[in-house]
Amino acid sequence: MAQSGRRDAPELPDFSLLKRLARDQLIYLLEQLPGRKDLFIDADLMSPLDRIANVTTLKQHEVDKLYKVELKPIVSTADQLCFLIRPRIQTVKWISDVVNLDKAAGRLRRYKIIFTPQKFYACEAVLEEQGVFGDVTCDEWAFYLLPLDDDIISLELPEFFRENFLEGDQRWVGAAGGALRLIHSLYGPFSKVYGIGQCAKMVYESWREQVEDGEQKTQQPEIGNVFLIDRDVDFITPLCSQVVYEGLVDDIFRIKCGSVEFGPEVTSSDKSIKVMLNSQDKVFNEIRNEHFSNVFGFLSQKARNLQTAYDKRRGMDIQQMKAFVSEELKGLKQEHRLLSLHIGASECIMKKKTKQDFQELLKTEHSLLEGFEVRECVSFIEEHINRQISMIDSLRLLCLLSLTENGLLPKDYRSLKAQYLQSYGIEHLLTFSNLKQMGLLVEQQPGETLTVMESKVGKLVNDKTAGKLTDAFSSLAKKSNFRALSKRLVLIPKSGEEYDLRVPRDMAYIFSGAYVPLSCKLIEQVLERDGWTGLEEITRMLNGHEFAVSGGANGTESRIKADSQRIVLVMFLGGCTYSEISALRFLGRERGYKFIVVTTAITNSGRLLEALLDNHP
Amino acid sequence: MAFVTANWNPLGEAFYRKTELYEMGWNLKDGLRDCLLAAAPYGGPIALLKEPQRRSPSSRPQLEIYSASGVTMASFLWKSGVVRQLGWTVCDDLLCIQEDGTVLIYDLFGSFKRHFSMGNEVGQSQVVEAKVFHSPYGTGVAIVTGASRFTLATNIDDLKLRRLPEVPGLQGAPTCWAVLTQDRQSKVLVANGGDLFILDYTACTAVNPPGLSPQASSIVHMCVSFSYKYLALFTDSGHVWMGSANLKEKLSEVETKVRNPPKQMAWCRRPKSRQPSVVIMWDRHLLVVGEGKDTISYHLEDDSILVPEMDGVRIINGTNHELLQEVPASCEEIFKIASMAPGALLLEAHKEYEKESQKADEYLREIKEQGLLAEAVRQCVEAAGHEQEAETQKTLLRAASFGKCFLSNFPPELFVIMCRDLRVLNAVRDYTVGIPLTHTQFKQMTVQVLIDRLVYRKLYPLAIEICRYLKTPEYQGVSRVLKHWACCKVQQKEESDEVIARTISLKLGEAAGISYSEIATKAYECGRTELAIKLLEFEPRSGEQVPLLLKMKRSQLALSKAIESGDTDLVYTVVTYLKNEMNRGDFFMTLRNQPVALSLYRQFCKHQEQDTLKDLFNQDDDHQELGNFYVKASYKEKRLEARVAHLQSAVDEYNKAKNEFAAKATEEEMRLLRFQKKLEEEKAIEPLAIAVRMHTEIQGITIGVTEHCISLFADDIIFFLSKLKTSIPNLITLIEKFGRFSGYKINNSKSVLIDMEGAADAAIERRNEGEISTILSRCSPTTDRALVERLNRAKSTAAKK
Repeated sequence: MAQSGRRDAPELPDFSLLKRLARDQLIYLLEQLPGRKDLFIDADLMSPLDRIANVTTLKQHEVDKLYKVELKPIVSTADQLCFLIRPRIQTVKWISDVVNLDKAAGRLRRYKIIFTPQKFYACEAVLEEQGVFGDVTCDEWAFYLLPLDDDIISLELPEFFRENFLEGDQRWVGAAGGALRLIHSLYGPFSKVYGIGQCAKMVYESWREQVEDGEQKTQQPEIGNVFLIDRDVDFITPLCSQVVYEGLVDDIFRIKCGSVEFGPEVTSSDKSIKVMLNSQDKVFNEIRNEHFSNVFGFLSQKARNLQTAYDKRRGMDIQQMKAFVSEELKGLKQEHRLLSLHIGASECIMKKKTKQDFQELLKTEHSLLEGFEVRECVSFIEEHINRQISMIDSLRLLCLLSLTENGLLPKDYRSLKAQYLQSYGIEHLLTFSNLKQMGLLVEQQPGETLTVMESKVGKLVNDKTAGKLTDAFSSLAKKSNFRALSKRLVLIPKSGEEYDLRVPRDMAYIFSGAYVPLSCKLIEQVLERDGWTGLEEITRMLNGHEFAVSGGANGTESRIKADSQRIVLVMFLGGCTYSEISALRFLGRERGYKFIVVTTAITNSGRLLEALLDNHP
Repeated sequence: MAFVTANWNPLGEAFYRKTELYEMGWNLKDGLRDCLLAAAPYGGPIALLKEPQRRSPSSRPQLEIYSASGVTMASFLWKSGVVRQLGWTVCDDLLCIQEDGTVLIYDLFGSFKRHFSMGNEVGQSQVVEAKVFHSPYGTGVAIVTGASRFTLATNIDDLKLRRLPEVPGLQGAPTCWAVLTQDRQSKVLVANGGDLFILDYTACTAVNPPGLSPQASSIVHMCVSFSYKYLALFTDSGHVWMGSANLKEKLSEVETKVRNPPKQMAWCRRPKSRQPSVVIMWDRHLLVVGEGKDTISYHLEDDSILVPEMDGVRIINGTNHELLQEVPASCEEIFKIASMAPGALLLEAHKEYEKESQKADEYLREIKEQGLLAEAVRQCVEAAGHEQEAETQKTLLRAASFGKCFLSNFPPELFVIMCRDLRVLNAVRDYTVGIPLTHTQFKQMTVQVLIDRLVYRKLYPLAIEICRYLKTPEYQGVSRVLKHWACCKVQQKEESDEVIARTISLKLGEAAGISYSEIATKAYECGRTELAIKLLEFEPRSGEQVPLLLKMKRSQLALSKAIESGDTDLVYTVVTYLKNEMNRGDFFMTLRNQPVALSLYRQFCKHQEQDTLKDLFNQDDDHQELGNFYVKASYKEKRLEARVAHLQSAVDEYNKAKNEFAAKATEEEMRLLRFQKKLEEEKAIEPLAIAVRMHTEIQGITIGVTEHCISLFADDIIFFLSKLKTSIPNLITLIEKFGRFSGYKINNSKSVLIDMEGAADAAIERRNEGEISTILSRCSPTTDRALVERLNRAKSTAAKK
């Protein structure tokens, strides 16, 4: 299927520039503190940093030892300490403690904090409060964007999701705006910006403001359209089990910053192997977007091809053999290695996923999405909880039930919650409170049918004078209207028809043909209609906040380079899944677009829900 | 026009001319006698302090500020200490350096701006001499004290006082000294008699000017050129030595035949000038000295001062203001008598053309034949720039434009720009404005600075006209002027806030790049808070309004503006400010109305101030969140009681929040916790018992089918063991292992080891039948046969009794 669709897709811009920029800036910052120094790095910056500047590069710039920030007293003999951290109050407080300890011990050192991507006033306030403001120098490393692949750029800000959508803390909006500005200045100007969601709107405004402040320059645009989307527009897609290869690998092995660590059960040796998963890996590149049921067939085909390639050497004369060894063998060996890894991974996935449990889980998910046999689903969930199969999966099913059914019946709500608490612990009381606040797991308001709710919500949202919605109302407004939406957007393909996963018809193939991801469908619709016209009903159900803005007046100019018009940058605020990326790649092939996915972080159902847990003491 | 060369004087190869700029508008009784005077370069203002030595309070000296044409700009009585030196900064502020080392700064209109000191040690020794100098880093001040120490500040806006090292052998004031700027550092050049020293921040180095005539025993005067590249020394033998300022090269040495020390000396050069020359002034005598032997000598009618400029020297006396400069090459070529330069011919051709004579064609032909017409036009345009007289300028420009007609590809910019520049220059040279800039100076100074200067003089309409005429981008031009105008306007106390706000908004309108917040800040500084608020409303960028609003204590407004701006850092700034300013209740109430600020503050409290967080929820009656808060707090508690107490509070809060489910769940949790604890406390021994029973290496005593191993009592335990060699060590390790968790250990003093035989012996001795039977009943086939027999025997004996 990889080769179907339009062939005239435009070339993607070169994003390695972003890496170079970030590296140069980091080196510059490190040189601001001349001499040998120890570098402390925030744990979650380790892998991104590795992609930007490896240890040798750091050592070249007089970094002596590297430490992970562990919020414990430090053991370092260096006279200069450099901290490379995210602007978190906790970390800054720890640094203050380190400085104060040194002071008490009469030890003189130089300290430098590099905040990335930006520093916050709150952090400086902590330094001030702890009385060490004058002892440290602060800098900002504007490392906004990390290209994970040719078409995936990540901000590597997993906390964006929780802080923005749960805690209502908008401090990352500026960073997202800054990231957009960086892309705009390097690959813009954009001719059209679409968006949906409150946060998307704020990011857009923040970006506009930053652009206005800076100087304007005109260049050939490499990216034409931009689509901003909030994660809370579509929670259903990331909550579904992923069945596309890349998504599955992420679900099971957790892809971290574009690379994955395959354990002994995959490598069939006693060592773990770290593998970069991107388009450079030829085998992976061909199977990443495939439905898992096709992967094995593909891999065995590949193995056969490999065998024939190896077999070629039989009956070769010396000369040919020499050429074979020098030219092909290395590539074949490499391919061989990768192939065996992916086969190992697939086997491991198969072992886990072909169990009866998983099949039933999928069936339940699909029934939930279609809205059939809900009672059976509820009892399945009950059983799932009581058997304590998986804390996250149980929660995921509960949320899916609530989202698709527009809230749980009061009776179910209470009993399921009680059973969950008894199975997995009382601490989840707080988790439930979070989920309720997010509108992920709510109780149906008694006596209200869907339509009544709909109109009420619509009225609330449209009524501008209402202005501030109280908590109760906003939780009402957060109600998902999944049924109505899926009907209008035809998210659920007609059941009963055979869906050939080898030859996908639409984006639903990423969920075995059961569901077209809402987020991707929206993008498709908006690009098709060149705006939100005709989608008013839908945006109303999604709580509005949609916008479509044509970029600068030079619309005619950008039309000349039509190629850039078919490059669409999609920015997910709050994270996106590999399945969604696969769906967009499919959409791009069908419609002759190229999608570039910018996301605050790669997410999946596990990460999404873990961010909302509050069970850790 | 015909006599352009009338005021030219030859000196070596070049000509010098002295042109009158203004007849001074001031009316000074005694001319410049007994005055302290400072004139700013680039045709800047003149400050005049009459009789600066007067100290008595009854007759204080008068400080007056004039434009370069002598129009009064300010005048006031000097009430501070004795002034040693006056000087102007690059942004037209007046510096008054007092004897005690204090430097007072006034603006052009004589209003006091600020003051600073040149160091504490100056107080006693007093400033003997002071100099104000300009460098790329701004305006600097150098002083020498009575104790012969120099102190230097390179930039008065970023004051860093440098006390320079001592000069060996210097007592009192040096003979003469000057400030140099070299290698990005300001240095002082000091002459003490015949010795010359360079003082930098770290060292005092003796230097020797190369080729200084041996007759000289002392250097009595020195001056540095405008660009700090050249140095001139005047010796007591009447010689003038000229050379490079780094003292590596000598340009020339000329004998003046005057041995008196001069009153003032100044370099008279221009960029690309033909020869170095110095203007030396004595009481009534002015001498221009160049490379060669010959000099030009002028007689002075009155006390004068010299103002060095980059392309000449201005001479100011009681009645006149003149400019002395080397005649620029282009002017010389055109106007020199019998010049055959292309420019001269073109001018001639144009003259003939005006007269409608055919000679015009002849001249033109002559130029064209040499192919020099373009050069001729260029010369005329350039010369026009160097002329002061509007008529001469016009004639030259007309000639240039006439010549241009015969050229096909001549770029027009040169001519157009010169016309524009001259129009601007003539406007500012006007008597009422009084900025006698030459074209060279204007180019060096740039339009921006000229606009600034006009703004400092409050000549807003002229400044705006110039901006518009030169088509300066709004942001740098008109908007900037308007901003200054508005800042000035808000200081007008007599007008009402309403009127001023309206006028300003009317005039500024939608002009690009206007920062209303800056104007408002100014208004606030003048104590007009109401006006400031009115003005802030015009500010389109809400972020800009916040700092000022905070300063004005309009914190509520500041908070909402900060939120509007979408900048969380700004919001946070306001929140911290509010936290310190307000009492807690008000603070929380304020936050409550601003959800964005509230959630931001909550985030902060979560990490820093847990208790505040609780108060915050309390204030809001947010029982649900309070409940959650207590649940979270309970995790942190190790002790059961504290934990349960927290959970109980949580239950109360959940009940208040009408969240029965949560309340019930929490209650269950409490019960669970208590029950668990009970189990732990009461039955902690149970696991040990199980472990003992299950242990394969601990052999109990088997009676019948059951193996007895352990008996648990309220406060002690009995073990029944056999195969003691393996059982006892295993039991002890097991007890120790469990003891680590539970804290139980063997109480050695109270523990007794009872062996079966011992028990039997004791019973036999006492001859107690019951006891013996009991022991017998405990015996198993594994028990020692001999013992059983003994017991049986003892039993029968006891029974017999």
